[in-house]
Amino acid sequence: MRRDTKRAGVFTRRALLLMGGQVALLGGLAARLYQVQVVEAPRYRMLSKQNSISARLIAPPRGRILDRFGTVVGGNKVNWSAVLIAEQTNNIEATLDAFSQLVPLDDHDKARIRREVHQHRSFIPVLVKDFLNWDEMARIEVNAPDLPGIAVDAGTTRIYPFGEQLAHVVGYVAPPTEADVATDPQLALPGMRVGRTGVEKYHDMALRGRAGVVELEVNAVGRVIRELDRQEGTPGETVGLTIDADLQHAVVDHLGNESASAVVLDCTNGEVLAMATNPSFDPSLFDSGVPEAQWQEWISNERRPLLNKATEGLYAPGSTFKMAVAMSALESRTLTPTDRIFCRGYIDVGDHRFHCWKRGGHGSLDLYGGIKNSCDVFFYETARRTGIDRISAMAHRFGLGFKLEIDLPAQRVGLIPTREWREAQGHPWEIGDTIVSGIGQGYIQVTPLQLATYVARVATGRAIQPHVTRTVAGDVQPGADMLDWPLMEVSNKWLNLVRSGMWAVVNSPGGTAPQARLPDPRWQLAGKTGSAQVMRVSRAEREDGHFNSANLPWKLRPNALFVAFAPYDAPRYAVSVVVEHGNAGAEAAGPIARDIMMDALTRDPASRTPASPQQVAEKS
Amino acid sequence: MMDRRLLRETSVGISAKLWQVSWLYVLMLCALAGVGYVALYSAGGGSPEPYADRHVMRFAIALLMMLGVAMVDIRVIQKLAWPAYAVSLGLLVAVARFGHVGMGAQRWIEFGGLQVQPSEMMKIALVLVLASWFHRASWERIGNPLFLIPPVIAILVPVGLILKEPNLGTAVITAMLGGTIFFAAGVRWWKFLLVALPVPLIARIAYTHLHGYQKARIETFLHPESDPLGAGYNIIQSKIALGSGGMWGKGFLHGTQGQLDFLPEKQTDFVFALIGEQFGLVGGLALIGLLTLIILGGMLIALRCRHQFGRLVALGISANLFLYVFVNIAMAIGAIPVGGVPLPLVSHGGSAMMTVMVGFGVLMSVHVHRDVEFSAVEDRF
Repeated sequence: MRRDTKRAGVFTRRALLLMGGQVALLGGLAARLYQVQVVEAPRYRMLSKQNSISARLIAPPRGRILDRFGTVVGGNKVNWSAVLIAEQTNNIEATLDAFSQLVPLDDHDKARIRREVHQHRSFIPVLVKDFLNWDEMARIEVNAPDLPGIAVDAGTTRIYPFGEQLAHVVGYVAPPTEADVATDPQLALPGMRVGRTGVEKYHDMALRGRAGVVELEVNAVGRVIRELDRQEGTPGETVGLTIDADLQHAVVDHLGNESASAVVLDCTNGEVLAMATNPSFDPSLFDSGVPEAQWQEWISNERRPLLNKATEGLYAPGSTFKMAVAMSALESRTLTPTDRIFCRGYIDVGDHRFHCWKRGGHGSLDLYGGIKNSCDVFFYETARRTGIDRISAMAHRFGLGFKLEIDLPAQRVGLIPTREWREAQGHPWEIGDTIVSGIGQGYIQVTPLQLATYVARVATGRAIQPHVTRTVAGDVQPGADMLDWPLMEVSNKWLNLVRSGMWAVVNSPGGTAPQARLPDPRWQLAGKTGSAQVMRVSRAEREDGHFNSANLPWKLRPNALFVAFAPYDAPRYAVSVVVEHGNAGAEAAGPIARDIMMDALTRDPASRTPASPQQVAEKS
Repeated sequence: MMDRRLLRETSVGISAKLWQVSWLYVLMLCALAGVGYVALYSAGGGSPEPYADRHVMRFAIALLMMLGVAMVDIRVIQKLAWPAYAVSLGLLVAVARFGHVGMGAQRWIEFGGLQVQPSEMMKIALVLVLASWFHRASWERIGNPLFLIPPVIAILVPVGLILKEPNLGTAVITAMLGGTIFFAAGVRWWKFLLVALPVPLIARIAYTHLHGYQKARIETFLHPESDPLGAGYNIIQSKIALGSGGMWGKGFLHGTQGQLDFLPEKQTDFVFALIGEQFGLVGGLALIGLLTLIILGGMLIALRCRHQFGRLVALGISANLFLYVFVNIAMAIGAIPVGGVPLPLVSHGGSAMMTVMVGFGVLMSVHVHRDVEFSAVEDRF
């Protein structure tokens, strides 16, 4: 028994020691638990939230674009797409087969669907078919019981009710690229679009809106368990244009099949009422993807349908430039209103002979007569006296060859040359360069929008800037009122003289553009023709006497231009028309300008009450 | 006094024995199983399916089994020690050959639909065998190194087989369990030092022979953030579950880590994190408290036992329970490498529950038969 007592004693001691050790170790665990659950709890709580809460963005609807009277020119249409949720069907192949009985699917589609089903977790919807029409959508919904796993999603797609007619102004949207997504992560949302050209691009940020956020509870594999919170996004703002869609329609009609551009401005405030370019393109194709053949046709077409000729097409202004030359001469006193210049059909400067368009010459003319008859010799001589730098300075003041504050993403500035510019190119300025500049040829290049701006400034004496946006989110943008614009610092005397010359071009017997006279006696139109050569006519051809530019290949014929404002006594509308290779300004561009002006005066969009900001906001 | 002892020695009357069962201890086990029910109810996503109901059913059966074992005379159990050890060893060999692969290791085999983990059986058999060996040894005899060779072999053979499965965690626990009984039996202090001193060297050599996933576990334990989506995922998610539970927890069924499946193996290895997330530090400490009471209760049974066999058995079973609990919780807290050790009576899993409850049955048998006398004939040494 003694033996056992000894053993038992040792056992008891060591058992107690073990118990103490166990309690100490468990106490250590308890302390560590305190460390994790209390001391470090905030950090783990945050990690836990990051684990289980997934914030997802919801795409905001893109803002609408309206014309000045509230007509939708860029809007959204519901777009149905069919998706497949793999976990809701036992047999994906059977579902796809049944689906293709209703809506055809090609093998390419099927292969893509199978691949995507494979790549994603079974509860993630995979796109089966996009851009379903109403019939297809209805067929799918009716047959839903036979299509396990198929669901129809309603998204939006961009529509342009005026299509080609306003394509260059409104622009178009396309799905974002990776570079876009890098600048704005919300673009990664399905259904988000980025404005690529026109107003869609210029006002992209306002139109885009702000994505809403849904906070979702997700499990470890990403399945959504429930919605915790939802903050609706802000829909894109409505943008109201200065454009009158109906007038635009009429202007496009008047351009007919010509490769041409026309701009109609409210010359009191610079609002662009119409800006048309022919030929055009279908802007809605970019949303779903332009077919390759169509794209090739667009970029190989020598009439360049994708180019907004009104702001990006550069043309020599030809005789339409003569008012700028006249004003620079008047202001610099190199010519007085009563000075007379004799035109014998040509002028020799140095060893060069410069011809007037009228072979026999105009005889003695003052400035009024020079504009009325568009006498080239008169303006050769005026330019020679005035010098290129004064002419280009005046042209710049009227917006020619000068960057305009147009609210469109793309414009070309063109060029009114100066001595400095020529010398920077490494050439001396030749006197001959000044002479041809006098009739708007040589290096001079301007856009149709600049021509319209120029005429509007001549007509009103105000330094208006053309613009196409009237309201954003219902707020009228500055510039809608005439008094928003400063007066031109050109004497009214000179302006009036030039205006009267323009009146005579159209309305006085012997003027160069009687075709442009308005048929309605209530209004009178003042205008100026321009026929700008795109190739040099050799002396041999000119002296041959049989030269007729109308017989040239289309690409080599002169561009036909016409600028106009009306009514003469109270100018409201300014119009510029450029018909590419239309040959003669009076014949090709004059009647178009006249018809456009008649429509503008008859419809009178500038005087009619535009959609009020409230109306615009409500309609959106 | 003599009467009572005689009564016990003849082992008559089941009802009298049932009276001797520590029902307080049984109640604590039921409470622990109840914690398991709550945890597994939440692991099932707020449903008794698929874990909680089965857990309770198993516990009910296992409880009857435990009481049945408690009725068996401890001397009979001692006679069964070596046969049980032999069977367990046979099963360990069998599992190495025909066992099912789980987590890259062969750990269990099936008997008519019942999964058996021989390593768990072996731990109880080892306790019985070692207790039986030292039961017969005098204090002087224990001092003889030669006397210690057979029990050391009895430990090393199963440990080696478990290592081969490979199941490092269980092998280490089994070895420590054997060492604990050596210690309680009165093996001299210096002998432990002799074994412990070369351990760092052996560990270094062993590390080079570890399997890739075992190395990964140790690596990720040391630097869990280095591979947050790979091997470190379990530890990080477990700590997030516990840490985000805070002082009072997120509330029953409101643990996002558990309910949303971020917590891996939440119904088995990481059930403690599941509880800690929902019931916070308070719940976690309460559970640790309950487990401590059960462990110390087993130790008290050992201290109150009048025979060396019963003392060593009760101490061994308590030590086994302690090692289970400690490894499991330490792993959930991220204090030791992940080891695939369940939390007894709380984790989901049938075979572990059965072996654990058989162990408690033996423990209770020690308690019921704490005053019996072993015949001197048996004590040949």
